[in-house]
Amino acid sequence: MSDLMKIVEAEYSEARAKFPSFKAGDTINVHVRIKEGNKERIQQFQGTVIQRRNPNSNGETFTVRKISNGIGVERIFPIISPAIEQIDLLRQGKVRRARLFYLRGRQGKAARIKEKIRVRK
Amino acid sequence: MSGIIGRKVGMTSIFSADGRNVACTLIEAGPCVVTQVKNVETDGYNAVQLAYGERKEKNTPKPLVGHFKKAGTTPKQKVVEFRDFRVEFEGQVDLGATVKSSEVFVEGDFIDAIGTSKGKGFQGVVKRHGFAGVGGQTHGQHNRARHPGSIGACSWPSRVFKGMRMAGRTGGDRVKVINLRVLKIYAEQNLLLVSGSVPGPKNSFVILEK
Repeated sequence: MSDLMKIVEAEYSEARAKFPSFKAGDTINVHVRIKEGNKERIQQFQGTVIQRRNPNSNGETFTVRKISNGIGVERIFPIISPAIEQIDLLRQGKVRRARLFYLRGRQGKAARIKEKIRVRK
Repeated sequence: MSGIIGRKVGMTSIFSADGRNVACTLIEAGPCVVTQVKNVETDGYNAVQLAYGERKEKNTPKPLVGHFKKAGTTPKQKVVEFRDFRVEFEGQVDLGATVKSSEVFVEGDFIDAIGTSKGKGFQGVVKRHGFAGVGGQTHGQHNRARHPGSIGACSWPSRVFKGMRMAGRTGGDRVKVINLRVLKIYAEQNLLLVSGSVPGPKNSFVILEK
């Protein structure tokens, strides 16, 4: 990215920095602001992060996958979106790749992700 | 019409006040130098010639070096004439004066952008003219999915009409995109953030008009 572009995107670095850092494989809970008519409410979307695209730019998005009533649901969020109120990092997963599309073909036990155990120093 | 010359920096996206994700293009616009002022008496019409982008004197044709010298400036890469250039400072545009993007545009303006689109090389009719192709693999056809089909009747007119859309060199044309909104002006860095896309690759020249 050119230096000039950074001038524009720097304004949004705060929007990015206010969330905990998370990666593919982590389980997160996204609080999304939803407008219904004049009312606003918060909806939560909890699931596994299966990818983060275009990191460190305004175009960065992340995809969260969850199983809702037995049906796989994926939602893509732009990270600078003002609709995202909060992100909770619930569980860090141990995975060997950055994009977990293989989860789409798996169900139940096979779709589990091992938890990352932090080693004590 | 007033305008300025710039260079495309690239694209990004921002969220507008009403929460919509807006694709936008960043343009490094100006500062340009006035290299010629034309008026009705001498030239038959009113216009202002602007120049933008540094270049070395040894790479500049001699006549142009003289032209730039007359305006008291260094050789420039791109020279564009704007007819009836009416900035807020009408009549006060002097030879050799500097025109900045923040003086020409304000945030919220609708502007037109002219650039040279990316060259695509020799392309078929589907990409070049938006033909739909044949649209199937069955009914006995096997090797003409993206072909143009018929290009005219037979014994009359016994020729193909001029302007028949066919395959050929695509892109690399002068393209004007109208009604782009100026979302933001960075006066210090001479940057303009406009909504939507602008023709051409990064670092290509863009003419902005209001």
